[in-house]
Amino acid sequence: MDRRTFLKTAAGSGTIAAAPGLFAPALAQGAAKVLRFVPQANLANFDPIWGTTYVVRNAAALVYDTLYGVDANLKPQRQMVESEETSADGLVWTFKLRPNLKFHDGTPVLAKDVVMSLTRWSARDPMGLMLKGIQKELVAVDDRTFRWVLSKPYPKMLLALGKNNAPCTWIMPERIAKTDPFQQINEYVGSGPMKFARSEWVPGAKAVFERFADYVPRAEPASWLAGGKKMNFDRVEWIIIPDGATAAAALQSGEVDWVEQPLPDLVPLLRKNPNVNVDIADPLGNIGSFRMNHLHPPFNNVKVRRAVLMALDQEDYMRAVVGDDTSLWKRLPGFFTPGTELYSEEGGEVLKGPRNLEAAKKLLAESGYKGEPVTCVVAQDIPITKAQGDVTADLLKKIGMNVDFVATDWGTTIARRAQKTPPGQGGWNMFHTWHAGADCTNPAPYTAIRGSGEKAWFGWPDVPAIETEVTNWFEATSLDQEKAAISRLNKAALDNAIFAPTGFFLVNQAWRKNVSGIVKGPLPFHWGVTKS
Amino acid sequence: MFAYILKRLVSTLPVMAVVGLFVFSLLYIAPGDPAAIIAGDQATPDDIARIRAGLGLDRPFLVRFAEWAVNILYGDLGTSIFTGQPVIYLINQRIAPTLSLMLVTFVFAVTVAVPIGVLAAWKAGTWIDRLVSTFAVLGFSVPSFVVGYVLAYIFALQLNWFPVQGYTPLSEGFGPWLGNLVLPAITLGFVYIALIARITRATMLDVLQQDYMRTARAKGLGKGAILFLHALKNASVPIVTVIGIGIALVIGGAVVTESVFAIPGLGRLTIDAILRRDYPVIQGLVLLFSFIYVLINLAIDLIYTVLDPRIRY
Repeated sequence: MDRRTFLKTAAGSGTIAAAPGLFAPALAQGAAKVLRFVPQANLANFDPIWGTTYVVRNAAALVYDTLYGVDANLKPQRQMVESEETSADGLVWTFKLRPNLKFHDGTPVLAKDVVMSLTRWSARDPMGLMLKGIQKELVAVDDRTFRWVLSKPYPKMLLALGKNNAPCTWIMPERIAKTDPFQQINEYVGSGPMKFARSEWVPGAKAVFERFADYVPRAEPASWLAGGKKMNFDRVEWIIIPDGATAAAALQSGEVDWVEQPLPDLVPLLRKNPNVNVDIADPLGNIGSFRMNHLHPPFNNVKVRRAVLMALDQEDYMRAVVGDDTSLWKRLPGFFTPGTELYSEEGGEVLKGPRNLEAAKKLLAESGYKGEPVTCVVAQDIPITKAQGDVTADLLKKIGMNVDFVATDWGTTIARRAQKTPPGQGGWNMFHTWHAGADCTNPAPYTAIRGSGEKAWFGWPDVPAIETEVTNWFEATSLDQEKAAISRLNKAALDNAIFAPTGFFLVNQAWRKNVSGIVKGPLPFHWGVTKS
Repeated sequence: MFAYILKRLVSTLPVMAVVGLFVFSLLYIAPGDPAAIIAGDQATPDDIARIRAGLGLDRPFLVRFAEWAVNILYGDLGTSIFTGQPVIYLINQRIAPTLSLMLVTFVFAVTVAVPIGVLAAWKAGTWIDRLVSTFAVLGFSVPSFVVGYVLAYIFALQLNWFPVQGYTPLSEGFGPWLGNLVLPAITLGFVYIALIARITRATMLDVLQQDYMRTARAKGLGKGAILFLHALKNASVPIVTVIGIGIALVIGGAVVTESVFAIPGLGRLTIDAILRRDYPVIQGLVLLFSFIYVLINLAIDLIYTVLDPRIRY
């Protein structure tokens, strides 16, 4: 081949490659009826009771319906339920379902399905377990009515049935809901606005949802899990893109419509793209944290835990996690979600004001700490935990602690954190994580706040005062009573340094400008979204 | 020959058995707990323990291994802990993208690498030779994910010639199928080209100095005939060996490339399974990859007999 022939060939190749439609992304006609969404994680299983990860809950919200649903004010509203009655003593609850509710297999939703679904749910959910503990009877009265009889009043009943924290009260056919709650179901039939296209499910790559023609949305406007869940798409395709840079590129090129959690580093780039919108994903945000193991030295000593809180500068953590955009984070001298009605800073002085390393060192010396190694487990494969771990290691060294930094992955971290053995025998002293703000609005879903010792969340703090206030909150019958209980709880938790909050932060979501109707919330609500 | 192939295939059985035992043992002692991942972040230790029991992960090592090994003998690789789907089904879902990627990479790499290796040897010591050597050094040095991002930025985002991510089955058209594979194949083929080009150059240099090459030139044969019919054929045994070894490299590289380009292949399945501690899937994939390696080695040995009639089994 001579030079001239080569150049002709090369030019021809370029022409072919540039020809529209040959190599370009295959966008079928009627693509406006398909929403392509990149979820935060892989949908590896689809049993929302057996597996309670956020991504499973988010997918379940499309396929399953709930009896009640919280709205944007965190108030539970009727969803599948048409009406409810409570006896004067608060012990008997009678619920009536809306008419014409159908499952995706065409069968009607009956009260017996609800009873069995609630039975399975109540074995796994913290609020469900409380209900189960005081349950005398849960029965179907007729096809549309079921009754729950309790041995003592449960004022938070509607919140339990409508909360957005996993596991929610997803309603399934009785035959499926009979499955042991610790075994995985193998049929995914709900009564929600979308059907799960199981034949197209490629775990780790794609999950497809198709519109359920028989779904009857409520008449009220949609608000989070409440109101009419009107779908404007025939298909919703969840495209799993594990690499954040690839997801951002796919959004820019128009191959996907909506990315649930773009990489914070790439948000400035996305903002510059004229075809892309970027905004806060969830106004309830997230609370960063590290847990200290109360079972073993040195953190079995409250003085050591308090010394760490005294030295801790949340700004260091937030800048490491989120960056320098100060609109995305704030200091958090407490444990509950800022901006919600139970938020409290009671007892938060230890986290406020200029940091005093000398005072922290002094308190550490008083505690009797003798330089024992602190096994600090840090998952390197999750940017949030890695960033927090690096800051913590530096913090501990500054106050004179001997850090044994264990760099590992999240899979190992969550296995290791369950070990109660001493750090030298496979246990741990501290690990890093974060909590969705939606899970920290009250004590019901907030397992990390509990102080029930061996039964508490990892770190196993034993603080009876916290448990007393949790009970007071559950039994409160007015908002003022609830606020008072939470204030006392917040103070007890900080006085005992049950864990270290490292700050409150927000994350963004991003979508193409031809997509509208996306709302901010604790999960990506697909109803009400349209695409031109 | 048939007896030889049969003997080699039978000899893979103990190899696979050792691999199986090794992988199973390694995963048993490796840290991590799939039950904790399934249960979610709010789960209590008791919840996790009950899920673990439900999955049968609390049973003794020997019981689990025996059950797995017996199932393997019946062709059952087990069931994914997370999806509840058979491992064979998951592999079947993912094998086409990976085979497609390997095929395009292989064709692309061999088509580019062998000619430039021959060219470098023929023009040894010239700027062409140095250019090929520089390219080879770059191919070995630059991580494939960097190559992938650069290619995606230029050819997908800026020029819009190719999609950024995903895979389109061949049944939906050759153009879309190839379009999704071009950038990943170049990414994956970068190091493969460097490897093959280097060995081609070195082997060709050696062959070109042989007496029979001088004879060929003295006979008045053209450059093309000398290089490709005489020299390359005699240099082909080590080249084919490296191509075969390189396929192992490609399988390893596919893990990264499939992640960068979001191709739903076996590489991503492997990564996902490892991160989630989905033991049956990991075990099934390692067995599959081991079997592929064994087959590749066998194929290479058989190709030797075609390339060099002196080799007989």
